[in-house]
Amino acid sequence: MSKAIAISRRELVAYFSTPLAYVFIVIFLALAGATTFYFGGFFQRGQADLQSFFSFHPWLYLFLIPAVGMRLWAEERKSGTIELLMTLPVSTTQAVVGKFVAAWLFTGIALALTFPIWITVNMLGSPDNGVIFAGYVASFLMAGAFLAIGSFVSALTRNQVIAFVISAAACFIFMMSGLEPVQSAFRGWASAFVVDLVASLSFLTHFDAITRGVFDLRDFIYLSSVIGVFLFANVVVVDLKKGS
Amino acid sequence: MSTMLEIQGLTKSFGPFTAVDDVSFSVESGEVLGFLGPNGAGKSTTMKMVTGFLSPTAGTAVVCGKDVTRDPIAVKRHIGYLPEGAPLYDDMTPAGLLSFVSDVRGLSGAARSTAIDHAVSRLQLDEVYNQQIGTLSKGFKRRVGLSQAILHDPDVLILDEPTDGLDPNQKHQVRELIGEMSKDKAIVISTHLLEEVDAVCSRAVVIARGKKVADGTPADLERQSTYYNAVSIRVHSDHVDSVQAALDGIGDVDRIETADTDGEIAHVIVVAKSGAAIVETVNARMREKGIPIEQLYVERGRLDDVFRQITGGRQGEIS
Repeated sequence: MSKAIAISRRELVAYFSTPLAYVFIVIFLALAGATTFYFGGFFQRGQADLQSFFSFHPWLYLFLIPAVGMRLWAEERKSGTIELLMTLPVSTTQAVVGKFVAAWLFTGIALALTFPIWITVNMLGSPDNGVIFAGYVASFLMAGAFLAIGSFVSALTRNQVIAFVISAAACFIFMMSGLEPVQSAFRGWASAFVVDLVASLSFLTHFDAITRGVFDLRDFIYLSSVIGVFLFANVVVVDLKKGS
Repeated sequence: MSTMLEIQGLTKSFGPFTAVDDVSFSVESGEVLGFLGPNGAGKSTTMKMVTGFLSPTAGTAVVCGKDVTRDPIAVKRHIGYLPEGAPLYDDMTPAGLLSFVSDVRGLSGAARSTAIDHAVSRLQLDEVYNQQIGTLSKGFKRRVGLSQAILHDPDVLILDEPTDGLDPNQKHQVRELIGEMSKDKAIVISTHLLEEVDAVCSRAVVIARGKKVADGTPADLERQSTYYNAVSIRVHSDHVDSVQAALDGIGDVDRIETADTDGEIAHVIVVAKSGAAIVETVNARMREKGIPIEQLYVERGRLDDVFRQITGGRQGEIS
């Protein structure tokens, strides 16, 4: 446990020692604000809630999170530092979890820095802060799910650009599986069960349910298990690929 | 003396290609083992398996009683490892890196600060301690890499080309460091610099195409050289013919080579048959004939020559 923490700490410091951290946070905050007010119609809706804020998060994450995750393993393999890391007395699981948690905390910091919008909505009206809190938890979990996919893909290649493109595409497929274009492609031939199964894999379906204030433990479990599955796959891939 | 590292039938295949083929040897405490071979012979692959980075296709390595295939974490605790090319996190400082490595290695409190101070002073890292590793010179990077390897005072040190890319002074420092540390440790260094074997190693293992081809002290290896006990004579170039005439017919002489002629002085090498001691006979003959000698000495045998012989390479393959 303390070893995973040591790895997390190193990784988190590494984010802030390059411009990546600041660029990411500034762009994320700017886009989160812009989408809420211009596209989400925060004021026009006349409702004291943050739905117009949260509903754009999946789209922001779609290209911002793979940018955070792409370097996790690809950079270690490219620079050879993976050999330094994996010959220290740590297990692959500790290394994978340590790195993932650092990246996840980093996105958590960016997300926490959106707090002014929470203050704003509380000043303008009296929103249901429970729903807002659930929205933040769901947004953080979804960032984690995207990151787990990104970390897994990053372990497959030593090229960060390839890691970025593939993880963005993979995240896009996961997001879209609940939407009409994907659903109609299945509806013509597959049984209702299969159509529902595909829809149930969609990030958007689960995420929207939580931010709308519909509490279903299954939505949280779904996002957490995506993280678990991809981190497990990540461990397997690191073990297979570290030497090549 | 106890056996710290035992390599048993270590084999690694990548698809149809066998990079390391049934290599076995052991290293005792106090030994510095030079691990030699041409590029691509499997030195680094062997070291990566011993340090638990790659899993062997067959065989294993036992480090301080722990089997690397069964308990890799325990093995990694006993080993300090400098990977080939000394890869480091460029965006960290030596301070940050050593602190990270101590955290992972579970060093804390006084032991931690002693270990860090010790490593920093041994490798003279003070002046760059808070500088980004990416901005350091190659020599400093290599020293930072060595500092993290010796940080926890490991029982076994595995150093993959520790002096590669260093200038002669730095090479000397690193070799001295290795010599100092060897008293209570088992040290394996891979190298393709044969002078290094002479300078620091108490034993040498040579591998070629994945197989072990020699194992012995540097002197043992030199003895295998065709030039072992050969006599080098420098005479005025006018006397070369009379030297050859004088030495004709000595039983133990295999052949006489005239090497480079440097202006007026010629270099004649008298090669002995299977390393026989011929220097006295040669010297006596030269006196008998009254040939003035500029210089005469016995060759110890040439490691690079032996290296070429046993690894079956041509000159161009050795770098």
